[in-house]
Amino acid sequence: MAEDKKELSPDAKARLKAEYGREWRQELRKATPLKDRMKAERRKMPERPPEVRNKDFREVNLGLDAEAARAEARRCWDCANPQCVSGCPVGIDIPSFVKLIEQGKFLEAAWKLKETNSLPAICGRVCPQETQCEDLCNVKKATGRAVAIGNLERFAADFERGSGKIVIPPLPPPTGRKAAVIGAGPAGLTVAGDLAKLGHKVTIFEALHISGGVLVYGIPEFRLPKAILKAEVEYLKRLGVEIRTSFVVGKTATIDDLRADGFEAFFIASGAGLPNFMRIPGENLVGVYSANEYLTRVNLMKAYDFPNYDTPVFPARRAAVIGGGNVAMDSVRTAKRLGAERAMIVYRRSRQELPARIEEVHHAEEEGIEFHFLTTPIRYLGDEAGHVRAMECLKMGLGEPDASGRRKPVPIEGSEFTTEVDMVVVAIGQSPNPLIPQTTPGLTMGKWGNIDVDWKTMRTSLEGVYAGGDIIRGGATVILAMGDGRIAAAEMDAYLKARPRS
Amino acid sequence: MARILDRRRLVPNLHLIEVEAPEVARKCRPGQFVILMPDERGERIPLSISDWDAARGSVTSVFLTVGTSSHKLSRLAAGDEIPVYVGPLGRPSEIENFGTVLLAGGCFGIGAIYPLARALKKAGNRVLTVIDVKARYLLYWEDKLRAASDRVFIASRDFALDSKQYVPAKIEEILGAGPKVDRVIAIGCTYLMYSCAMATKPRGIKTIVSLNPIMVDGTGMCGACRCTAAGRTKFACVDGPDFDGHEIDWDELFKRRKSYFDDEIRSLCYWERKEFP
Ligand SMILES: Cc1cc2nc3c(=O)[nH]c(=O)nc-3n(C[C@H](O)[C@H](O)[C@H](O)COP(=O)(O)OP(=O)(O)OC[C@H]3O[C@@H](n4cnc5c(N)ncnc54)[C@H](O)[C@@H]3O)c2cc1C
Ligand SMILES: Cc1cc2nc3c(=O)[nH]c(=O)nc-3n(C[C@H](O)[C@H](O)[C@H](O)COP(=O)(O)OP(=O)(O)OC[C@H]3O[C@@H](n4cnc5c(N)ncnc54)[C@H](O)[C@@H]3O)c2cc1C
Ligand code: SF4
Ligand code: FES
Repeated sequence: MAEDKKELSPDAKARLKAEYGREWRQELRKATPLKDRMKAERRKMPERPPEVRNKDFREVNLGLDAEAARAEARRCWDCANPQCVSGCPVGIDIPSFVKLIEQGKFLEAAWKLKETNSLPAICGRVCPQETQCEDLCNVKKATGRAVAIGNLERFAADFERGSGKIVIPPLPPPTGRKAAVIGAGPAGLTVAGDLAKLGHKVTIFEALHISGGVLVYGIPEFRLPKAILKAEVEYLKRLGVEIRTSFVVGKTATIDDLRADGFEAFFIASGAGLPNFMRIPGENLVGVYSANEYLTRVNLMKAYDFPNYDTPVFPARRAAVIGGGNVAMDSVRTAKRLGAERAMIVYRRSRQELPARIEEVHHAEEEGIEFHFLTTPIRYLGDEAGHVRAMECLKMGLGEPDASGRRKPVPIEGSEFTTEVDMVVVAIGQSPNPLIPQTTPGLTMGKWGNIDVDWKTMRTSLEGVYAGGDIIRGGATVILAMGDGRIAAAEMDAYLKARPRS
Repeated sequence: MARILDRRRLVPNLHLIEVEAPEVARKCRPGQFVILMPDERGERIPLSISDWDAARGSVTSVFLTVGTSSHKLSRLAAGDEIPVYVGPLGRPSEIENFGTVLLAGGCFGIGAIYPLARALKKAGNRVLTVIDVKARYLLYWEDKLRAASDRVFIASRDFALDSKQYVPAKIEEILGAGPKVDRVIAIGCTYLMYSCAMATKPRGIKTIVSLNPIMVDGTGMCGACRCTAAGRTKFACVDGPDFDGHEIDWDELFKRRKSYFDDEIRSLCYWERKEFP
């Protein structure tokens, strides 16, 4: 089910309708009758074979070619009342971009996407489309197979990047206003881009040495090539955004320090960087990683290319990854690629409850990942050197549904068993990073350590300070982080323009 | 990119590195550290801040050449640039008037205790400093430490120097001689910090150590730096690096620091083969 079906604003509805009524759209609709559109099979995303791709870090999905993209776009009926749009957290005008693809106007399709989504090449790859736009697609209701909106989004964005025709929009005269963005993940990058296009002077402060947030340190190359991110960051620089990497706000300078340096508006997008552990015995043994550490070593520090790069990572023989979300899938598929004979998911609920994207689960299974459902570790056992050698687990049954509506796992007494492992990755979630809250007096926090905001404006309890993405939501999604950024940028623009000149 | 202003050998295997980092210099306090990467393919490694100059906009550390990263650093020179230099990280040390404070430093810790000596002295403490060196030719910054301390002792196994004993024995001797010591702070290799903590434990003198577990980001994001203090898991980069030495699970720390022992040797051999064919 779509997690987040949104009522569109009257404005958005009017825009969709105007586009729908355009002459070329009418003609295109007439050109192919619905029953022909329905006959066409959903185009499969070409993928590299599992037994090849599970040994390297190159991208799994190859992308549709132009012919397949146009054929896929033709499956879309161009509905008068496009449900998909209300499934998209940022309300992309999906029919317009899809129909531009059908017409072969690929660059125009990419520009259309960019009107509402500044990172379509990324969202096309990592959005959970099957629970968002594609879940509500009318073609899905009629035929069971939604239009491959995500694959088309990716196609258009990749086409634009490949064409070398990335356009820098004409920039308005500088407003002379300075805004600081904290964190270069999807939320921060979005705000920076939007504010720069409105003529403000934007500086991004990023703690790590490469921009991208989770997109660079967490999500692996085989799912999101880093070159894409690099292109997006280059684009921001061309818009005049300054990026200060290796700058930890709260340590290198506080928000108050930055205010004293002349920054007038702030967007906190520091993400959910604090890894959760289970607090069970043996969790500090050597070879037990948080997913953040494991993925950071491999992705950001390129440990997969050790010793060409200096940062090491354990090459496991038998790897267990605890959890069932995207983070767990990325970790377990990474372990497989680094040579694990057995790479296992250990998840306390059942297959139905797996929070990971269906495509990731499917890819993981193809690549030879083992799934152990209804199982939870209770203790790790070490050898003399303090290195993990086994884990003791408990079997679970499913009880009554809990607050999240999912059936609650309950331990089965006496079901303990021990299994040999030489590496464990704990991927049971992240909490908001506390560094900025701790160093910013007056910032109101929610009970999960998240920053409290007014959801309509992304305003925090402090004047001129806005926040969005995982720092306000806990671990969420790329597109929600970007959506927050969109709202905040508009508000910050209004705030900056209304401020008296000092 | 950060520019190196100075890099020189202090004594065999110990080097000083001074880096241009005005923001870090403006903000740092005794007990904090930086993380740097010696080159684009390097590892992110933490180094304690041994001195800084806010006016010059520079920060100084002392490092021991052990593996690949520190060897790479030791070959850089003034004017070179390094891709990552971030800080100041960690919580600053507690500085107040405790009464009498005994500082113990060995190896790079001789440098790292210097800002503490200076700040503690300024806060009104009587500062006793013990420098641990294996032999006379490894002694550095003695003059700086003498200027910042009330008394300086040297613990050494070198017959040319007066003491001929390892630092915990020296601490025992000092404490045995009578002065009431209100706090001990030890910085250096893990074994030095461990043995200082063990030496003061029977007397119940609060002993602060600056822990040095393996780190990656230094901002609390990865948990590589976890250690156990008073039975609870802590992230040394954000909860520390200072901890009460009597509460630390030392066995765990020793083992976690050896996590990548084989890889480190492999890495160093690989680098040396390339550098010195
Ligand atoms: C392994 C993994 C896989 C995922 N897969 C998917 C997926 O397939 N689809 C999907 O939609 N979502 C996925 N997610 C979730 C998604 O990546 C996040 O929801 C999203 O990145 C949040 O964006 P953000 O901008 O809020 O924060 P982040 O991406 O976390 O970026 C925050 C940035 O702020 C920086 N920072 C933190 N503190 C400071 C400070 N004090 N000063 C300066 N900088 C600071 C951090 O270094 C970081 O770069 C995944 C997450 C992970 C970890
Ligand atoms: C808060 C803190 C402050 C420190 N201050 C200093 C200092 O002022 N001067 C100094 O010489 N050393 C200091 N260290 C230790 C220093 O970081 C390591 O000596 C250095 O990382 C070794 O790197 P290498 O590649 O040369 O050696 P390697 O051969 O890679 O490792 C040698 C040993 O150093 C440790 N080490 C390796 N990688 C890391 C890492 N990424 N983070 C932490 N430790 C690691 C390991 O225990 C290892 O056994 C400090 C460590 C911490 C955590
Ligand atoms: S951004 Fe995500 S939800 Fe919106 S159209 Fe693209 S894939 Fe669908
Ligand atoms: S070094 Fe990553 S959390 Fe401390």
